Amino acid sequence: MLDPVLIANAVVSGLLLGCLYAIASMGLAVSFGMLDVVNIAHPAMMVLASCVIAALCAPTGFDPLLAALLIAPVFGLLGAGLYRLYHLYFERRGDEAMQGLAFFFGLMIVIEVSLVLVYGADQRWVETGYGGLSLGLGPVGLPLRMLLPALMSLACIAALLLWLRRSFTGRAVAAVAQDRDALRFLGADPIRIKTVAFGLSVALAAIAGGCLIVVQPVDAHSGHVFIGRVLAVVILAGLGSLPGTLVAALVFGVIENVTATLFGPAWSPAVAFSLLLAVLALRPQGMFGRAHA
Amino acid sequence: MSRPLRLNVGLAAAGVALILILRLIDNDYAWYTGYVILQYVLLAVAWNILAGYSGYVNFGTAAFFAAGAYTTILLTKALNLDLLVCVLAAGLVSGALGLGMGWLTLRLRGVYFSIATLSLAVVLQTLVVNWPYAGGSSGAYTMRPQGYAVFGNYSEFLFVLMLVLALGGIAVAAGIERSRLGLGLATIRDDERAAAAAGVPTLRLKLIATAISGGMMGMAGAPLPYYASYLNPEAAFSLTHTINAMAMTLIGGTQGWVGPVIGATLLSTLQQGATVTISSAGNLLIVGGVLILFVMLAPKGILGLIRAWRGRGDTA
Amino acid sequence: MNAVLDVRGLGKTFGGFTALNGIALTVAPGERLGLVGPNGSGKSTFVNCIAGDFPDHAGVVLFRNRPLAGLKPHERARLGLSRTFQLPRPFRSLTVLENVTVPLRFSVPPLPVADARARARACLERVGLQDKAHSHPHSLTQVDLRKLELARALAPEPALLIADEVMAGLSHSEVDQILDLLFALNGDGTAVIMIEHVMRAITAFSQRLAVFVAGRKIVEGDPQTVLATPEVEAAYLGT
Repeated sequence: MLDPVLIANAVVSGLLLGCLYAIASMGLAVSFGMLDVVNIAHPAMMVLASCVIAALCAPTGFDPLLAALLIAPVFGLLGAGLYRLYHLYFERRGDEAMQGLAFFFGLMIVIEVSLVLVYGADQRWVETGYGGLSLGLGPVGLPLRMLLPALMSLACIAALLLWLRRSFTGRAVAAVAQDRDALRFLGADPIRIKTVAFGLSVALAAIAGGCLIVVQPVDAHSGHVFIGRVLAVVILAGLGSLPGTLVAALVFGVIENVTATLFGPAWSPAVAFSLLLAVLALRPQGMFGRAHA
Repeated sequence: MSRPLRLNVGLAAAGVALILILRLIDNDYAWYTGYVILQYVLLAVAWNILAGYSGYVNFGTAAFFAAGAYTTILLTKALNLDLLVCVLAAGLVSGALGLGMGWLTLRLRGVYFSIATLSLAVVLQTLVVNWPYAGGSSGAYTMRPQGYAVFGNYSEFLFVLMLVLALGGIAVAAGIERSRLGLGLATIRDDERAAAAAGVPTLRLKLIATAISGGMMGMAGAPLPYYASYLNPEAAFSLTHTINAMAMTLIGGTQGWVGPVIGATLLSTLQQGATVTISSAGNLLIVGGVLILFVMLAPKGILGLIRAWRGRGDTA
Repeated sequence: MNAVLDVRGLGKTFGGFTALNGIALTVAPGERLGLVGPNGSGKSTFVNCIAGDFPDHAGVVLFRNRPLAGLKPHERARLGLSRTFQLPRPFRSLTVLENVTVPLRFSVPPLPVADARARARACLERVGLQDKAHSHPHSLTQVDLRKLELARALAPEPALLIADEVMAGLSHSEVDQILDLLFALNGDGTAVIMIEHVMRAITAFSQRLAVFVAGRKIVEGDPQTVLATPEVEAAYLGT
């Protein structure tokens, strides 16, 4: 029969995992949800960050979460440049639908294969001082290797939400998501705003990469299963709803972790993608969002 | 001779010529190389029926292809059916898969269809990995017959089978381009709302296209277990099939069946040559890089470049 | 009742915003109805509801006595309900002639290729595009694009044509060309709903005029009387 302690543990670590999924999805919620740039290479960028962080931290003992904060601006700049290219070659030509999608797919392959060529196909991880430690809440354990990334994710998401609500640029990003022409009246250049926002989304991928490498070992293809997860979360949340993205990610983490506990981990990739298929078939406007079909 | 007839006679003649040339070379490696190139010709032509003709990007090539390969595994194991029957069954299975997939997601904006096809591969692969009868994660072996009917050896038979499938695929694609279906798909690609307002049953045409395209991919995968004698989920569902079909088509040009044929022939010949010198990862890196360059700099592919170059020649 | 279009209690909301509210409107066979109203008054939403783009609207729409509920846009088009789009939406990869064959090749039953091309050619002659039959839409001028849009809409000989701002941005003489075309089409028995901001065209064309303001039909009747009512002057012409 079902052991309640086992289930409680599965739910709690599912929530912690959900925080990781939230930070992994948040960048895509900005690029796909708000800017309508379908960056399917987002998970690959996250894994790229994980590998870079592993290369920096494994020999030096530097903390991966701090390292993530340090490389995030670099990723942000690269992302901004990438958006400029995307805009120049696809958005402006009206070729997003096919060529643009193919572009990001190609980018994903190139990132993955480059990782294989540079780092080999083996798993990479980082030893941290808190790797083996755990907080106990009665019979439920909170391993620090999951708790700390979860807290960092939540802090970054809170900062992102504040920025979108309070700052001028942040509000302009939100306005771009609603109506591109509205910005012209504000005297803001939509392309510049989208460049900033896309850069930010890639910076978030870097932070997610730092969290990921603390939670689990990573290999070049770790991004694949995340494609299903993050797309499911973003679409389930209703494109562009950031609080919705957080809730959907938590729900998702719990469902996936409980499934893995009950049926075995071999089934967990199918959970993500089956849920994604179900969402697309039944409720493409998501739980919280506007119709976008 | 009418144009369609001329095309079909031309295709048949090209096929016979290919067989004769390879008979002269007559070594297993030649038959194998030819098989792989033709397999990609078929995959690219099939992928383009959806992408080029109707504007919908399918990221699930590997899923349709693998569904075909596993149909062969299962039918051979359960009923010991002949490969030719398996090929037809694989076409039906993958066609039905396309139909179901399309029915679920083709009402939505195109990008959701693409995302859903991406998931299809992972869901199917997980199913196969967890299905011991189909070989599970460790894979399944296929016993290869010694020879087959009039063919010198089984490699030659597999090559001729794939040749017939590829040429048949081209004939189907060319037929679609000339047909009412092709006209309807073109209006969907150009402007789906205006198409519906002109009376085009958009959903039905997209479903037909997805089923035909998926079925052709399944047939391309059906002989794979015999080609390789051994099949595991990783090889069958490899993203390589997806990226190749897509890159070959976009590099060749999406306007008609000629583009994917050129792209597939060119790219897979290069790949077959390069496997000797470059690792498969390096190979994939080149395909990805070339794909990115082409979609950015030559969105109409090699055919587009040729046309632009000819156009310049005319005005000069 | 023998109306070609009979709309009762038509309503549509987007989120909390009411775009159309309790619209009732009938169009008799062969009639020319003008539909005016300020921007955002619900005219386009009205067209989209009738054409089947918003299946979740309130109220009933009867087309030649047949309820349209549950019918997709292409099914409505095949019944003889044609519409144009405010911004012309040609099929970019097809020639002008092929553009016009599309509704004929997808009618029920479909016309064979040769017949469809012959009919399309006749339509192009009618709108004056016969010389551009083999051009692609990107090489057409604005007025020619409008003509193509009209040719595609009238090719299947619809019972009702909804012409949504087909004259916006055209010059005086171009407006006259399009107007002649619509009169000729109407002479063959097609009822026309003209949605337009060009008042000269509306008053010349309409036998009856309906005015929408903020999602409601505020007045309907013969054009001179309607335009003279104070509400219309205040809500529409005053702005």
